[in-house]
Amino acid sequence: MSDTLIVAELADGKIKKTTHSAITFARQAGQPFSILVIGAGAKAAAAELTGFGAKAVLVADDASLASYVAERFAPTVVEVARSGGFGVVVATASSFGKDLMPRVAAALDAGYAGDISAVSADGGKLSYKRPMFAGNAYGHCTISTATQIVSVRQSEFTAAEPSGGASDVKDVAVAPAGPGADRVEFVKFDQVKSARPALGEAKVIVAGGRALKERFNEVLEPLADALGAGVGASRAACDAGYAPSDYQVGQTGKIVAPALYFAIGISGAIQHLAGMKGSKVIVAVNKDGDAPIFQVADYGLVADLFGVVPELTSAVIAAKG
Amino acid sequence: MKILVPLKRVADPDNANKIKIPAGGATIDTTGLEWKPNPFDEYALEAALRLTENGATPKARGGEVIVVTFGPKETETTLRAALATGADRAIRVDAKDEELDGSIVAKALRAIVDKEKPDAVVMGKQAVDGDSNQIGQMLAQHLGWPQATFAATIEEEDGALLVGREVDGGVITLRVKLPALVTVDLRIVAPSSVYSKQTKRDFKYNDGVRFAALPAIMAAKKKPLAELKLSELVSDTSLKVQYSRFEAPPARKAGIKVKDVAELVTRLKNEAKVL
Repeated sequence: MSDTLIVAELADGKIKKTTHSAITFARQAGQPFSILVIGAGAKAAAAELTGFGAKAVLVADDASLASYVAERFAPTVVEVARSGGFGVVVATASSFGKDLMPRVAAALDAGYAGDISAVSADGGKLSYKRPMFAGNAYGHCTISTATQIVSVRQSEFTAAEPSGGASDVKDVAVAPAGPGADRVEFVKFDQVKSARPALGEAKVIVAGGRALKERFNEVLEPLADALGAGVGASRAACDAGYAPSDYQVGQTGKIVAPALYFAIGISGAIQHLAGMKGSKVIVAVNKDGDAPIFQVADYGLVADLFGVVPELTSAVIAAKG
Repeated sequence: MKILVPLKRVADPDNANKIKIPAGGATIDTTGLEWKPNPFDEYALEAALRLTENGATPKARGGEVIVVTFGPKETETTLRAALATGADRAIRVDAKDEELDGSIVAKALRAIVDKEKPDAVVMGKQAVDGDSNQIGQMLAQHLGWPQATFAATIEEEDGALLVGREVDGGVITLRVKLPALVTVDLRIVAPSSVYSKQTKRDFKYNDGVRFAALPAIMAAKKKPLAELKLSELVSDTSLKVQYSRFEAPPARKAGIKVKDVAELVTRLKNEAKVL
């Protein structure tokens, strides 16, 4: 089999943690791998990735890549994949990877397996496991094209740790902008600034539903502070404007699997469960004892959340001493 | 504006936990589940309708909305529903599910776009059965068009769309010149999400998608619905992705109800050891 190419993700001149999940995939796929760091500032960031056992860290650094748009990034990924003869090209299925990789697949006329949860090598051929139907089924698939394009679910591929060594850093040419690039203009990125851990990386998540209403932050933030937790939300809470859309946990929002997940006033629609049922321990607090969330919760507390969450916050602080 | 909206029917997503996987895992059995339009595709249709009207006078249609689906004859139900909601005409590409993968559908859609020459393709970001999130991006590449995926807002400008994309950590705004491809996210059907050039910027839509009135359902039966063959649209019909088997996720063990906060915290600390 041929080598694997990892497409790293950059933000503010640093390597995003999502990249480490793609490295884990490459190690599990079992072939030698290289990492492509693409974007303005890639050269400086490449040093962050030289200790993971890659054959090479390839750098495509150019001012024209200052802001991510698929039309400008895809051609370089395609060119590096093609000229390097890579068998698998992988990124993490963040909003970056999900936007970019299918476009790369189409340009290479290659098969794409998106948002996979596991990889195995069966008789020299890679087999991918993918969650489907909101996580109610897994499909096992293989790709028959010479190059295989894959994106991996961050919550299912534990972030890789450095393995030592010092990979060579090599510049690669930035390919000319692809078709459509002259018709897209990056206007702005309105970033939700938060001191809390990103949902994909948080060990504890406190998530709230529509029942919290305008008191979403007032009720949940102290508990999240006490736990050092990330804050998530149901779709209903996001749609109603009680929480930013970036908080949404679910089938088509963030997929998370923390060690501890608190579902506060979340009834547990199928789409929400798809985003969090991989959590190790689930706690549900809900007034309605028949809410579906209790079918997946390890610990359920039937109570009014406005009374119970402040009490829980104090008890957590006391328990953590 | 002329807009193409690809649609897919899916097994009732609100009952996705009732799908069955027979022993051996050869298929996913959705028997007993109703067919529903893929929710994201319904949202894409709503966005396309908003882009081809003045929100204050939605009965006076402007431009054209063409819906297209891939599937057997029964999938025309999905198209007729879209026509009743306001789409102008429909195309069904006759195909069986097992003949299709993302790559084939994207290429077939390219052939339809080449023929129809719409100003935009507006589609759901993913179908909630396969959960692949791929066809829009693939189609944009094949067409050489700019893509704006995961759109939460669309504002029409002269010859362009200003699109707010929901991404990790916030919202990216892109301006894409037409023709362009947009895939939509959940919040595209919020009251202030989509504005055509005609719609006043302080106009507020009802939240969600519009429903067809009975006369519109009757009238939809007379709207044009063309049938195409998959082989007329794509030459290479070999699947690039092959599924060998399916399996059910491991069942999560039902937990316990605790009586109060004190018991919960004690158990989290001593039993689950997560505090």
